[in-house]
Amino acid sequence: MSSALPVSVDGRPRPARRGLLGRSGAGDRALALVSLLVFLFLYLPLVVVVVYSFSAAEIAVWPIEGWTLDWYRELSRDKEIHEALQLSVIIGVVSASIAVVLGTLAALAIDRYEFPGKAALRFAVVLPITLPGIVTGVAMLSFFSVLTWPMSRWTLIIGHTTFCIALVLNTVVARLGQLPRNISEASADLGAPPWRTFWRVTFPLIRPAILAGAVLAFTLSFDEVIVSFFLQGREPTLPLLIWGRLRIGLSPEINATATVIVLVSLAAVLVSNRLSKQATLGG
Amino acid sequence: MAQALMTETPVRADAGRFGGTPSIELRDVSKFFGQVPAVSGISLEVRQGEFLTLLGPSGCGKTTTLRMIGGFELPSAGEIVIEGEAMGDRPPYRRPVNTVFQNYALFPHMTVGQNVSYGLEMTGVPKPERQRRVAEALDMVRLPHVENRKPAELSGGQQQRVALARALVNRPAVLLLDEPLGALDLKLRKTMQLELKQLNREVGATFVYVTHDQEEALTMSDRIAVMNEGRILQLGTPGDIYERPRTRFVADFIGQTNFLEVEVIGSDGAAVEVDLPGSGPLRARPPEGVPAQGTMTLAVRPEKISLMADLPGSEIPGWDRLSGRLEEIIYVGTYTQYVLRLPGGQELAVHRQNRAVGEGEHPMGETLTVVFNPQSAALLAD
Ligand SMILES: Nc1ncnc2c1ncn2[C@@H]1O[C@H](COP(=O)(O)OP(=O)(O)OP(=O)(O)O)[C@@H](O)[C@H]1O
Ligand SMILES: [Mg+2]
Repeated sequence: MSSALPVSVDGRPRPARRGLLGRSGAGDRALALVSLLVFLFLYLPLVVVVVYSFSAAEIAVWPIEGWTLDWYRELSRDKEIHEALQLSVIIGVVSASIAVVLGTLAALAIDRYEFPGKAALRFAVVLPITLPGIVTGVAMLSFFSVLTWPMSRWTLIIGHTTFCIALVLNTVVARLGQLPRNISEASADLGAPPWRTFWRVTFPLIRPAILAGAVLAFTLSFDEVIVSFFLQGREPTLPLLIWGRLRIGLSPEINATATVIVLVSLAAVLVSNRLSKQATLGG
Repeated sequence: MAQALMTETPVRADAGRFGGTPSIELRDVSKFFGQVPAVSGISLEVRQGEFLTLLGPSGCGKTTTLRMIGGFELPSAGEIVIEGEAMGDRPPYRRPVNTVFQNYALFPHMTVGQNVSYGLEMTGVPKPERQRRVAEALDMVRLPHVENRKPAELSGGQQQRVALARALVNRPAVLLLDEPLGALDLKLRKTMQLELKQLNREVGATFVYVTHDQEEALTMSDRIAVMNEGRILQLGTPGDIYERPRTRFVADFIGQTNFLEVEVIGSDGAAVEVDLPGSGPLRARPPEGVPAQGTMTLAVRPEKISLMADLPGSEIPGWDRLSGRLEEIIYVGTYTQYVLRLPGGQELAVHRQNRAVGEGEHPMGETLTVVFNPQSAALLAD
């Protein structure tokens, strides 16, 4: 290199990179402090929950006087929580699975075909995640009442599926948009009928996006409260059970439950991120 | 007009290479996108093993024509026949045609080997033979030892070769290439042009090649179809197209040409006498397909014109002769372009080879006399 200055494509020297707020170190430090405060604001409550789940005291006291795993032991014996957890997992898995099939098909249609009302369809599918949950909940509740369907795990699944589809659709459409143009045509050109093109070319390339969408959908379904509140049958989902118990008072066992949920959600989000990163890198 | 011009050039030196049923026939093929005509009534016969180029400006319908042959678009009217079979609405995966796409369209999740082997797999070629043919095809495009790499790990030129191998491995009767060298740098382009031409001879497949680069078309093609606005204006060998353009568009699109408006005075069979206002009478080659009469355009290429001062002997009998004031000198490397202002106000570009350094330089404003063979001067109706 003849010159130490970084040079852009057109040959002109580029100014060296500086901190976001200019060259002053004070600006950088202020920025760091603000960032720290924002992160504290976001995550301190979570930390508090986790910490108190190990506190020996029945009520939240500071400083913490002793450490225990009792609440986790209690959690492991709590049948009601187990059943709620099971229900939440079933609903999450079923909703996410239905959403994967319908969302992927819709994404393929949107990507591949031009048809009247395409924009409207796209909007209609994505609407459930933008609509306030209370609107969706009330609407579905009255809809099911008109049909005289009793609320049950089935109504919950239908309700959750509506927003799960939107999540899968969005991730898959984004991925399809990134695929090199013409590769389905290249496959057809080489003698592959449409279904073989799908399984050999399109599907392997969108698989990470489908999985990422599914994980995201499951996570959202798993901790959904508002829509579930309207559509639940006699058995509560885990978030609804927790909410119900909170009315009696914050118990350390709830903290333990919350900690477990945080860990599981964190893992899911990490997996989902990993997958969508793989998807953008083209695998 | 364009219809009348589409008659084929009957003979050529190596016509023996081609023959039998045409490889591809387009019969009055049109394509509309909604109300927009992309291709308007193209008829064309491509011979077996021929390297035919569709050449024309952006948006003239080259890609659309190629996509209709490949089966990615269906004609709005007309018929496409490949190897004697009418294609009708047959989908791409059932046509004896393979395509090299402009952006290569390699499968990013497969290795180079899997990419190349894909077509063979689809047609049920057994594995041992697949492996052999994949190796062969990669060899043919001079790309060994990359079978296990992903396309993203190759350079643009290498990806281009993979795309070529992936198409050729199926031994298609027809290979369609849509500006396959568009993304490569000049040097690599030149190399690949030669290699493509060589491949065409080696494998014997018919190549239909799309480009908007006139030089590429001239160097590679057996025949060129010059297109504009969805029509074929002229079809012929590179020599035909360059030396005997039939319309102003063709003369202008390929190479550089001086256009001078002239009045036809008379004809003696071998040449037509015309009047160039301000300069007097000139002789020109008789036009093809149209009568020589009234106002016409005289087209003469700058490199066909010589400075009188550069010619060793004195005057050449029967050559056309013009004088003008030197108004512009542009140095281009292998030649220098002089622009003369003729007495009638017209401009005339002349290309003078730069043979020896500093030889016979002319100052601006000097009056120069130039000459050219009347056979190099074409008369065009438009
Ligand atoms: N899918 C389409 N929908 C609508 N119009 C189209 C479509 N494809 C092509 N066209 C139009 O048809 C005409 C011919 O397009 P085509 O792509 O064949 O041109 P081209 O000669 O390949 O140009 P280029 O050199 O820029 O690639 C253009 O006017 C283009 O806008
Ligand atoms: Mg094109």
